[in-house]
Amino acid sequence: MNKPVAPPAPAERRPTDWQTPAMQRRIRRRYAAERRFRLLGLAAVFLSAAFLLYLLATMIGQGASGFTETRIALPLDLRGRVVVNPARLNGAGADLALAGAGLENAVDAAANAAYPRQGGATLLSDGAWLRVRDAIKRDPALLRTPTTIDVPVASAIDMAYKDDGDAASEAAVAALRPHLSRELNRGFFAGSDATDPTRAGIWGALKGSLLTMIVTLGLAFPIGVLSALYLEEYAPRNRWTDLIEVSINNLAAVPSIIFGLLGLAVFLGTFHMPRSAAVVGGLTLALMTMPVIVIAGRNAITAVPPSIRDAARALGASPIQVVFHHVLPLALPGILTGTIIGMARALGETAPLLMIGMRAFIAAPPGKLTDPATVLPVQIFLWSDEVQKGFVEKTSAAIIVLLVVLLAMNGVAIYLRNRFETRW
Amino acid sequence: MSALALLFLIAALGLIGWIVARARALRFRASPTRRFSSLPQHHGWFVAMWTLLPALVFLGIWHVTAPALVTDAVIASPAAATLPPPGLDRAAILSEARNLANGDAYGAFHPMSETLAPLYAREQSRHDWTATAIALLLAFAGGALAFLRVRPGFSARTQVERVVMGLLLVASLIAILTTIGIIASLLVESARFFQIVPITQFLFGTHWSPQVIDARDPGASLGAVPLFWGTFFIGAIIAMAVAVPLGLMSAIYLTQYARHTTRRWMKPMLEVLAGVPTVVYGYFAALTVAPAVRDLGVALGIRWASSESALAAGVVMGVMIIPFVSSMADDSLSAVPAAMRDGSLAMGATQSETIRRVLVPAALPGVVGGVLLAVSRAIGETMIVVMAASGVASLTLNPFASTTTVTKQIVDLLTGEAEFDSAKTLAAFALGLTLFVITLLLNVVALIVVRRYRESYE
Amino acid sequence: MNHIAPKMTATGVNVFYGRKQAIRDVSIDVPREDVTAFIGPSGCGKSTFLRTLNRMNDTIPGARVEGDVRMDGEDIYARSMDVVQLRARVGMVFQKPNPFPKSIFENVAYGPRIHGLARSKADLTQIVERSLTRAGLWNEVKDRLSESGTALSGGQQQRLCIARAIAVDPEVILMDEPCSALDPIATAKIEELIHELRGRYAIVIVTHNMQQAARVSQRTAFFHLGQLVEYGDTSDIFTNPRQDRTKDYITGRYG
Repeated sequence: MNKPVAPPAPAERRPTDWQTPAMQRRIRRRYAAERRFRLLGLAAVFLSAAFLLYLLATMIGQGASGFTETRIALPLDLRGRVVVNPARLNGAGADLALAGAGLENAVDAAANAAYPRQGGATLLSDGAWLRVRDAIKRDPALLRTPTTIDVPVASAIDMAYKDDGDAASEAAVAALRPHLSRELNRGFFAGSDATDPTRAGIWGALKGSLLTMIVTLGLAFPIGVLSALYLEEYAPRNRWTDLIEVSINNLAAVPSIIFGLLGLAVFLGTFHMPRSAAVVGGLTLALMTMPVIVIAGRNAITAVPPSIRDAARALGASPIQVVFHHVLPLALPGILTGTIIGMARALGETAPLLMIGMRAFIAAPPGKLTDPATVLPVQIFLWSDEVQKGFVEKTSAAIIVLLVVLLAMNGVAIYLRNRFETRW
Repeated sequence: MSALALLFLIAALGLIGWIVARARALRFRASPTRRFSSLPQHHGWFVAMWTLLPALVFLGIWHVTAPALVTDAVIASPAAATLPPPGLDRAAILSEARNLANGDAYGAFHPMSETLAPLYAREQSRHDWTATAIALLLAFAGGALAFLRVRPGFSARTQVERVVMGLLLVASLIAILTTIGIIASLLVESARFFQIVPITQFLFGTHWSPQVIDARDPGASLGAVPLFWGTFFIGAIIAMAVAVPLGLMSAIYLTQYARHTTRRWMKPMLEVLAGVPTVVYGYFAALTVAPAVRDLGVALGIRWASSESALAAGVVMGVMIIPFVSSMADDSLSAVPAAMRDGSLAMGATQSETIRRVLVPAALPGVVGGVLLAVSRAIGETMIVVMAASGVASLTLNPFASTTTVTKQIVDLLTGEAEFDSAKTLAAFALGLTLFVITLLLNVVALIVVRRYRESYE
Repeated sequence: MNHIAPKMTATGVNVFYGRKQAIRDVSIDVPREDVTAFIGPSGCGKSTFLRTLNRMNDTIPGARVEGDVRMDGEDIYARSMDVVQLRARVGMVFQKPNPFPKSIFENVAYGPRIHGLARSKADLTQIVERSLTRAGLWNEVKDRLSESGTALSGGQQQRLCIARAIAVDPEVILMDEPCSALDPIATAKIEELIHELRGRYAIVIVTHNMQQAARVSQRTAFFHLGQLVEYGDTSDIFTNPRQDRTKDYITGRYG
């Protein structure tokens, strides 16, 4: 293979022989390294994906059962035990009338009579008699005829029926199995926080989130869009404008908990606004979301080609008309996408709201902006701290609801982006 | 008159102004020969604006100052002559009287407030009527004066647009106000804290146990060094050990190797990972990862492995940051000119050699900037550490041991039932200030690094 | 030469972009009923000068205009001049067709709307139809007025832009290389259109195509390095240029 004599002159070089075994080995090694590197990259992506899937699987695995409740068939004979004037069963006084007539005790007594050895009234959820009450309100005849009503069971029995209970409850379930059934837990979507996990629901927190988001959107969107328009279209290049820009860019990177401290010191401390109120939460989150909207808005506005502005200007449109007739409508899809993403972030935010007291136990959904309220992520946080086992599935179920809402919002944002994305 | 009714009335006046002015402007436009600088509705808006703005501005100022005016009037009345001298008692009586007058309270501690309540109610209604009269007068006068200016040659559009422009400017100033608000509130509360605890003791003290504060020397148990270490350990070391390799390699794979369709699926997936709320990560960390880490520690022979370990919180935080690192790396890699890559490939380098020897070194400043931003995000992250890290401060190097962080302590200090002024709550603001300053510095440095890098390729 | 007073007069105009001077001491009269062409090599300032006539340079940060520009004797850089009204009176057509991403109808109706030129819906429809007809586009688009203006071909888009400018009833129309992005057939249609519009509006057209200048204009100004080198009747400029620089350019020595 080698040529006979290589002249020693340095100027002349032999052409590289790629076929030598050493070279071949070297190339093979390099290709192996290439494959390894590529695999490493793939592994990184898969690891990230696996983590996401594992997280989702865990939440669904634990949370799916939170959407159902276990009910027990309760034979009920209220004749003579609960006496209510039928006229009072219509209208607003019905709840009070039935409670005053001792319905709760009557239901407990019925349970004691029907399942004396398995625990009697302790089998029932705290809310069981409320279910009976609602049934009577729908059909007052139940007061006069013996019947059987499915009512929710206590949390321990519920968990045992879902194969996750303690020994004593497992035994009770084994004995009661023919009388037990599993149904969709409507109360989970209609109720508020409660000390008994079988009664706890997310409606109160969802409504709190909704009120908070209304305040956030109502403030952050107009302020964000107007600032973006000002900075992109009108602001003179001077020190003030630079200061505004630096402020906005930094606010977008400030940790969310700092906004909570701001809300605590300014809204609660200085302005004496009500603690735990949705309006304060909304204000705080608005300050946090506004920079996100400004930044997204500015990107969308710069993407509008200058030729459109020239065209409008040359027709005699004033600076305000140029922007509000042409630039803003064209930038709107981009602004909306950014807004939805910012709102999704605000909706998932917890820490700043803890600072302004939105972690109280709220048993009734807030009626107005100044009522004490909590939001869904905070409710998740609160439930995750509960010691009762029944709250584990409730926490995961609430997480599933939150994730579904957030995914839907992000989906809309992505759709908007793809649908209205214009290439100029 | 209720506030709502008044606002409604003013709005109605504005609407009338709009209609009348527009009608007038329409009439003098009958001749088509002349060009007008303003459309009829501009005149309408001009008048409506002058009807609404002065009245609303007045009401806004009034809303803030009226309570003080009412109180002054009550104090000046003869019935208040027997009030105790200015101080807590006097303030308590006055506020009680006010609550009684407003119907917010049903009974009173001080008999004095019972007698003052009707006086309060009377003064309040007198002031309310004055305000209503002035507001309506302002609305009417403003509207009328503006209406007189509605003439063919008058450029109402310019006037209206000037106000719109002012509105835009005000909107953009809110960002500055927020920044000032953050800095001021942190500084004020921290300053009060540093009056109780010397700043050096806070910054360099190595003992943190706010549960037991010695009233004579509160600083002895408020040394924040263990918190700083814990924050750094979890956010900058453990989390980055997870996020940087995974994020960087994901970005490399997705930008350099993955086929178009793969990328179309994988990128949104990473975005989903970024969109998961932190409370969910926190719950996941506390419920699933932390016990697993403890079991791992025990299996490794560390019997005291904590179920609130730094490792669990750090790893989950790292996963949360992956998409962030990956998108920053993605941006940096795609900013490297294609010519550089082609040059390397044209010499016969394999793709991985090109990436490791040409692309990554060229993109390094951008990647480093991105990692700095990621660190700033990680150390400001709250919910994961609140739910998964421990509350006990310790200076430890062992990832299986429990550590606490600045953000976790802020939440713990402020969510008790302590009064607002105690050393504990003020300490939270001092921690907040430290966190703010550090994240700000990280961001500024990172942005400078990234910008320099971008400019070098433009 | 016509003896009627010129539509616009510029005297001693200098334009600066920051420290760079783009136009040096240009004085020119824009005649009332003729088409005036500005020619010259690229970067010579002809477009910049065109934009001083409707104050479009105002929108460029750092741009500064000195000198005196008048329309019908009125100083258009006076403080009292409303730039919005000025631009309604001096229309402009750009190098690249830039229809709004709205319907054809809305494109043309936009100007009359913001200036309040139509008193009724029917009035507006009539203005739109008349403008499109004058721009020679009516027959092509009358059945699809609600389609987007951006869906038209390049030549049609440019004629739509001309219709849009005509719709506000301007006195002067400035055209900044209106055919440079079009194919020869579309170009021919625009040139034909300019012929038809002549007399109704004072038209100023910037072009780097000398044949085009010769075809459409009656007056020609030759710009070079920010200066006005020569200005006169088109026939004179092309057959008998007085300046060497003009001759060199026209005979293709450079440019």
